Amino acid sequence: MKQAPTPVPPAAGAVPTAAALALGDDALVLSHRLAEWAGNAPVLEEEVALTNIALDLLGQARFLLSLAGDEDELAYLREERAFRNVQLVEQPNGDFAHTIARQLFFSTYQELLFGQLAAGDGPFAPLAGKAVKEVAYHRDHAEHWTLRLGDGTEESHRRTQTALDALWRYTGELFEPVEGLEVDVTALRDGWLTLITKTVRQATLELPTGPQAGAWTAGAGRQGLHTEPFGRMLAEMQHLHRSHPGASW
Amino acid sequence: MTSTDWPLWEVFVRSRRGLSHTHAGSLHAPDAEMALRNARDLYTRRSEGVSIWVVPSASITASSPDEKDPFFEPAADKPYRHPTFYDIPEGVRHL
Amino acid sequence: MTTMAPDTGSYEAVFDAAVAADERIEPRDWMPDAYRASLVRQIAQHAHSEIIGMQPEANWITRAPSLRRKAILMAKVQDEAGHGLYLYSAAETLGTSRDELLDKLHSGRQKYSSIFNYPTLTWADVGAIGWLVDGAAITNQVPLCRCSYGPYARAMVRVCKEESFHQRQGYELLLTLSRGTEAQHAMAQDAVDRWWWPSLMMFGPPDGESAHSAQSMAWKIKRHSNDELRQRFVDICVPQAESLGLTLPDPDLRWNEERGHHDFGPIDWAEFHEVLRGNGPCNDQRITRRRQAHEDGAWVREAAAAYAGKHRDTQGEAGA
Repeated sequence: MKQAPTPVPPAAGAVPTAAALALGDDALVLSHRLAEWAGNAPVLEEEVALTNIALDLLGQARFLLSLAGDEDELAYLREERAFRNVQLVEQPNGDFAHTIARQLFFSTYQELLFGQLAAGDGPFAPLAGKAVKEVAYHRDHAEHWTLRLGDGTEESHRRTQTALDALWRYTGELFEPVEGLEVDVTALRDGWLTLITKTVRQATLELPTGPQAGAWTAGAGRQGLHTEPFGRMLAEMQHLHRSHPGASW
Repeated sequence: MTSTDWPLWEVFVRSRRGLSHTHAGSLHAPDAEMALRNARDLYTRRSEGVSIWVVPSASITASSPDEKDPFFEPAADKPYRHPTFYDIPEGVRHL
Repeated sequence: MTTMAPDTGSYEAVFDAAVAADERIEPRDWMPDAYRASLVRQIAQHAHSEIIGMQPEANWITRAPSLRRKAILMAKVQDEAGHGLYLYSAAETLGTSRDELLDKLHSGRQKYSSIFNYPTLTWADVGAIGWLVDGAAITNQVPLCRCSYGPYARAMVRVCKEESFHQRQGYELLLTLSRGTEAQHAMAQDAVDRWWWPSLMMFGPPDGESAHSAQSMAWKIKRHSNDELRQRFVDICVPQAESLGLTLPDPDLRWNEERGHHDFGPIDWAEFHEVLRGNGPCNDQRITRRRQAHEDGAWVREAAAAYAGKHRDTQGEAGA
């Protein structure tokens, strides 16, 4: 059920490739990062939860990349500069607080975006209709953990505030326009900020005050400009596939 | 040190509408909300359920095996509660 | 419908009669202390094996060579965490908490299956583990679905149902490699060469040397002997290897018409005991990693417990 993307793909030619890559790469990269937790989660129940989220995202990625071409060619044979994901999703897992902060920021955004896509009649509507339910659960998971970490112990509070602050600079990019997407992504910012603020306050944490983008990197991921850890992530992900050109797996 | 020993919860899953919740197993969670989510992730990852209950294991009062006889034996000698107790002539239908 | 205890019978007689009649023993029933201890040991070892067993396979998730394989492998490793949870949950019904069992695992006082002390060196190892290791595990586990202890038997039913996909994906993975490029075929053969003998060891020492076997069989928490299950496994694998186009690394392996079984070569029990003693290639690595994950997660578990303590009054509205 989770492995096989079920929505009916739109007719060929109807898909804006750049947008499919942007959304597909977001899901692919975040899924990969979450999968790195396998065997390392803080408690066994969370192994299962994180993998469920990672599998949902991988399903979305496969569907979206298949709209733009061959999923494996796109995942395994593109160079770093050709990936269109936002920098937020490629950030290393860090401690559990960093992973949860990344989840909170991204799943809240993804739920708003997919909600709008699902309501429209564009080429992404069928996928978004299915994915928005998955993503709502991811957001719920992130919110519940943000509350528990923020309002838990002194240590968990400190770690979570650090994580929110550290990842804040990657959130501005979420609202850069995506080429070919019928949704006004920039307009999602207010709704996103309201939701994040509510959760963060309820968790007894402070909304970060720093800039929401680095000095020269606004919108950079969508243009193929990534952070250093991403290259190493891709090296690991692509190595085996690239070592056997033309092989099937 | 804070106790990290999260309490144990019993999980009951309704596999589809029309059936009652059935005991599926247990898990650990810090509170009811997380228990419900953990149960969803653990016990319904292959679409095994449409509804879940979680109950703190400590809240369950069970009949004791020592009381087995007083609890269940009186029922065992009332075969007239079961439809097979009655002889119905062949050919009588809808009964 | 219930078997009544003889009026004057001792608890033990009731227990023995239930086991003899192939009835299930349930958590609140009286049971001999040694039965309880044996079960806890067996279930714990089984649960630990699921949890430690995640590591050799998770080792390849981030390098899986196609997105389809990646999804399958993630789902499989996730299942192993789930199986660990089902089994710890069965052990808890015997009055042993998961924390207690994890402590024993982390401190080396309880064991897990030695097979997971071997490394996964190539992608084909993921296939070999699915086909051979999971295959051996299933051979061991299917009879346990009828084990005398109810919660364990029910956990095993769930586990076995889910395991069958594990073995199939491994077989399919190896088949694809075997029929692929020369390098892929060689990778598959190499993996089978390395995993075959350790898989046979998974059934445990020969019947004559197995410490707990006889009593466990009498209690029906083990339903077939080690050698019996090992033979069954070999007989199943031989034709499967042929279909794969791969060979099993045993020159003595041949059909014995008289026995109606395959004969196979001697197992290197010295290696088995060495690995069991802690001298396998990955013993330290596996336990260190497990302990690390547990320690790294301590602050998270504490945080959630603290939050629950603060908000106990507002809980409950979520249930219903």
